[in-house]
Amino acid sequence: MTKALSQFTRQLVAQNPVTHQILGVCSALAVTTSLDTALMMSAALTAVICLSSAIISLLRHHIPQAIRLIVQITIIASLVIVIDELMRAFAFELSRALSVYVGLIVTNCLVLGRAEAFAMRNPVAPSILDALGNGIGYSLILIIVGSIRELLGHGTLLGITILPIVADGGWFQPLSFMQLAPAAFFIIGLMVWGIRSLDLSEAEIAEYDLQGERSQG
Amino acid sequence: MDKPHAPTASQQPGNESPAKIMTVSFLVALACSLVVSAAAIWLEPRQQAHLEAERAARMAAMLDTLPGMADVLAESGADSLSTYLVDLSTGQFADDVPPDTYDMTAAANDPETAVAIPADLDIAGLRQRAPLAPVHILESDGDVALVILPVSGTGYQSRIEALLALEADLTTIAALTITAQAETAGLGARIEDSEWQALWPGRQVADASGQIVIEVVRGQASGPYEVDGISGATRTGNGITDMLHYWLGEDGFGPFLSRLRSEGL
Repeated sequence: MTKALSQFTRQLVAQNPVTHQILGVCSALAVTTSLDTALMMSAALTAVICLSSAIISLLRHHIPQAIRLIVQITIIASLVIVIDELMRAFAFELSRALSVYVGLIVTNCLVLGRAEAFAMRNPVAPSILDALGNGIGYSLILIIVGSIRELLGHGTLLGITILPIVADGGWFQPLSFMQLAPAAFFIIGLMVWGIRSLDLSEAEIAEYDLQGERSQG
Repeated sequence: MDKPHAPTASQQPGNESPAKIMTVSFLVALACSLVVSAAAIWLEPRQQAHLEAERAARMAAMLDTLPGMADVLAESGADSLSTYLVDLSTGQFADDVPPDTYDMTAAANDPETAVAIPADLDIAGLRQRAPLAPVHILESDGDVALVILPVSGTGYQSRIEALLALEADLTTIAALTITAQAETAGLGARIEDSEWQALWPGRQVADASGQIVIEVVRGQASGPYEVDGISGATRTGNGITDMLHYWLGEDGFGPFLSRLRSEGL
């Protein structure tokens, strides 16, 4: 259990699915224009990944190898549809803002990755913990990126004004660039850079180094 | 607590047999389809309510952008704005078609549904029309407070579409809003200006005998049945006059308005 717990905490920063494994970046770009959509997407993905890992782990002894991927995808897709229906019934405005991206959780490598790599081989409790770690790790990145983009793009957080913008008589000139997808690339890129500079074990050795000398450094 | 729920032995021997594969895939598919269907059926009413609220909000937003309409809505103190489909030939409500999905323009262009307009009645130059038309009615204590009619006609060089709002007497104009036109910029296109549309509220479409007499005149209007024309846009003004005469006449909303006058809603 302690091993599972330390694995759980590692997934939040060091093994973070977005900054370390570079999984789920597509949705991280698309839904982080504001904090509320980022939060909703995080909740949806965490719910899907935990439930799918639990179900797949429960069934793991009965899933034939030959059809394991399609069984996993079927389970994940059904869960995503149910979550999407729930959001359209109970969080209509946000589901409009998220548009297709909730449905695209099906294709999020993160969910299938955890199902295939962990839940198929481990008992239920560790599988849920692993999924939760990955879900929260993903959520953490989305929340940070969403906060930065909403704060600098609109001067608000969750719709509450933090930096009064010039148009409303304040002093802050919003950076409309922050509302565009490339801004999320830059923010995630800077985060990857930051984490890798702090933790040298993350640094990759160049496979093909034209200079030759630098590969030693 | 860390104990696995199922035996940790690796794949059971019979797991890869065709029978097992078929059974597992069938059971997974069955369970997933049941869960998805149950969720869809259970949540549908709630989702529909959201969609309807959104539609109503769009209608309200459209009315807000129409000059004059927002004031009318605010003044009337009415409870609700509802949309009905009217069968133009009988003047009765067509209850069998949902009003929010009915596309009047498509129905007028589709040879299957379009109704030809007799040449002697076709003053607005439309040739054919939809059999049904959506009208928006603002109710106040069960009585009609405002009727909004979609109208369309031919101007100098383009098709003009507008919304005509009539007050409870069905004769006094509450507002006229042009929603689509492509008349000459700076001349006919000025029918879109709010200054010109502000001339309409308070005018009467019909005289005491019920004859439709509203007219866009050249120059200055004299009397409640006339509206100032725009200089240099006589034919656009005539197009608007013809449009209103057609749609308030017997082939347009005439039967509906007379039914509303005599029977109420």
